[in-house]
Amino acid sequence: MSEMSKVTYRIRRYDPNRDTAPHYETYTIDYTPGLTVLEGLWLIKETLAPDLVWRASCRMGVCGSCGMLINGMARLACNTQISDLGTDQLVLAPLPNFNIIRDLVPDLMPMLSTHQDLHPYVVRDDVAEQEEPTGEYYQSIHDLEQYLQFSYCIKCGCCMAACPTVATDPTYAGPMPLGQVQRYNTDTRDGGFEVRKEAIAGERGPWRCHYAGECSRVCPKGVDPAKAIQLLKRQMVLDVFGLRAKKCPSKLVGKPKDAKRRNGIPEAPKPTV
Amino acid sequence: MIRDQKLWTWHILAGAVILVLLGLHMLTMHMEGVVKLEGLNPASAANEAQGGGKLQPIDWANVKARSAKVFYLVTYILLLGAALFHGLYGATNVVHEANPPRWLHKTVSALAVVVGLGLFAFGTWAAIAAFLLAKAL
Repeated sequence: MSEMSKVTYRIRRYDPNRDTAPHYETYTIDYTPGLTVLEGLWLIKETLAPDLVWRASCRMGVCGSCGMLINGMARLACNTQISDLGTDQLVLAPLPNFNIIRDLVPDLMPMLSTHQDLHPYVVRDDVAEQEEPTGEYYQSIHDLEQYLQFSYCIKCGCCMAACPTVATDPTYAGPMPLGQVQRYNTDTRDGGFEVRKEAIAGERGPWRCHYAGECSRVCPKGVDPAKAIQLLKRQMVLDVFGLRAKKCPSKLVGKPKDAKRRNGIPEAPKPTV
Repeated sequence: MIRDQKLWTWHILAGAVILVLLGLHMLTMHMEGVVKLEGLNPASAANEAQGGGKLQPIDWANVKARSAKVFYLVTYILLLGAALFHGLYGATNVVHEANPPRWLHKTVSALAVVVGLGLFAFGTWAAIAAFLLAKAL
């Protein structure tokens, strides 16, 4: 690969205002070591196809905007080195299992709406404390480790694009929203199992997962949504028989009274939420 | 609906029940020479004690002896119920995941319930009738 001087992008194009069906167009650009797929797209837009459209923001695998199908696998364009693909022929398409807005831009709203429906936040009774915090909710390192990896999800949609069940069953919630249900159900600060159970207990629920495991294989952040869904299934089975370990949302720990601030460390800013 | 959560849980449990009962079937019908549990084929032991030849699990004496046991009556009915529920619930799910129109969705579900209950009633009657007949013989 060190001799590679050119790289060819075969990109699926579709403009609903102009095209009746998607088609592929081919662009060849100069390769420089360290070039990512996203940087190549910018180069194509600047020099060859100014009307080419995709979605991107942070350029460092954090925002989850630039998910697309790269050589048959859902990946983040910013996080993918061309040299890692082992070829100078790239085939790019928008993420499968989503409607296409234009070119490489998928419509992620159905996924995000489902995610929103499943209460992906800490649910507690003490709303006043959450609005105006007077302390912190206690959580041990061990408690944190139970859900930490699931909290790395950036909602890029790669798992949804890779899931064969999402491809065939539009009622299924999909790995991202269900993974986040497990993430919050496992959080010791949370007391929202029952409301989430109502939200997922229908046809969109975890029992639709056939455990293909593709979601975990493609996740660019190393999250294991397939595991989250299996753990969620276990919770739901135990819940039917009343055997699920009930957890009280963790207690509030007040601010330490005797602690002194070290010199040069500024006061924490006021909460904004 | 919470119903899906419960039905799916029972689907999994029915699978576990089938696994255990099929193990029992293998022990009774196919592995009698390997795992010698006399209670599984009661007529075999009795026949050998009387100096008779070795009986097969499908020989009439063994079939009759098994049918007369409450243990087998219960396991037959349990296996029937578990297999029907597991199979029909799984089959309806396969159809549902193909995303059929709502009317077909409901028709398949209703059909599965009717067929399942019908076969269960018929199979239970057959098991009880065989039990009573074997007792009478």
